[in-house]
Amino acid sequence: MVVNCEQVWQEISNYLEGEVDPELRAAMEEHFKQCQHCTAVLDGTRNLVQLYGDGKLFELPAGFSRRLERRLRQSLPPPRPTSGSFWMIAVAAAALLAGGLTLARSGGLSSPELRSAHAQPGRGVPGDMVVAVSKEGKTFHVPGCKYLHQSDKEKVKLLAASEAMREGYVPCLRCLRRYLNR
Amino acid sequence: MGSLPGRISVKSAPAAETQELELLRRVQAGDNERFYELVRPYERRIFAAAFAILGNEADAEDAAQEAMLKAFAHIREFRGEARFSTWLTQITVNEALMRRRKQRPELIESLGERPDKEGNYTPRDFADWREIPSETLERKEIREKLVESLASLKQAYREVFVLRDVENLTIEETAEVLGISCASVKTRLLRARLMLRDLLAPGFGGGARSRSAFEKGIKPW
Repeated sequence: MVVNCEQVWQEISNYLEGEVDPELRAAMEEHFKQCQHCTAVLDGTRNLVQLYGDGKLFELPAGFSRRLERRLRQSLPPPRPTSGSFWMIAVAAAALLAGGLTLARSGGLSSPELRSAHAQPGRGVPGDMVVAVSKEGKTFHVPGCKYLHQSDKEKVKLLAASEAMREGYVPCLRCLRRYLNR
Repeated sequence: MGSLPGRISVKSAPAAETQELELLRRVQAGDNERFYELVRPYERRIFAAAFAILGNEADAEDAAQEAMLKAFAHIREFRGEARFSTWLTQITVNEALMRRRKQRPELIESLGERPDKEGNYTPRDFADWREIPSETLERKEIREKLVESLASLKQAYREVFVLRDVENLTIEETAEVLGISCASVKTRLLRARLMLRDLLAPGFGGGARSRSAFEKGIKPW
């Protein structure tokens, strides 16, 4: 098998990847022995692959790590409670929920403004904020919000607020109040 | 002769992998504060991926941050089918591509229209290039030239080159991240490498041929 320069150029990348069959490889190697141009192309290509792959090329901007860590710290929910404290929170949530229902029956939470507020898309909520939803629920919450359905705790998932909105969830009136009616 | 030394075994040591898996399990179980620890080793990689697509530091940093928040939001969906680093890179690439489409839709070439029918690429320059790579990277102007040359490539070539040759993903992983075939990856990779060599070789060369190119100011750097 004999190959010409053009054939060598078209296969040079695969050659470097070790992805040419033995016959072609042998023919290319034979060609390199005789052709200075193709050897120059091969050496140069190999050199640049090594340079770019070195890992030193892209320097992180100064302060990148610090800013990433800070943004994660600000946006991620606090660690989930351990099983011990979970029950305390569950009890507290149940108590608050009971209180909320009483309030709702007395007319406080069922006023028209609040309902319409509930239906508004969470435009004021930062899209990248990590929020929690449950499959059964219709609202998204700050993770750990007492009004998140705790009964199906295993089905709670975390996602970006923008995605929650895309999936049709509306913001929780309690934990996300400060972002609403803007 | 043809293989690329040091690029085949990019997998981390088994001990490091086990450690990462352990950390991953903890974060998936709710230890959110350790998430940064989990992504920290890949900061440079995710930044480079975003930078390669967006072309400027500020946008790249923002996209990288955003991508890490998304990675966290989906952390429990990571089942270990791919390497964690590949998964992070994929999320970052998606985020960067989405931003690019939003920001400058007029600049996006519709790649689907001409699937690799660009014809064969012919090297334009046959300068020798024998300088020892690791030493040259210590020079700032060399690094800048490499970044600048990469930035001058068309998006389709740059993406593939960055994922395969900068990020050291495999051909298959690159294809998967970009949602294109392995054959397309190989075609674009060849072209990207040959174009970059044409851009860079005259400046690196030590031979008479390349010196003359340099003096003529073809690639004066």
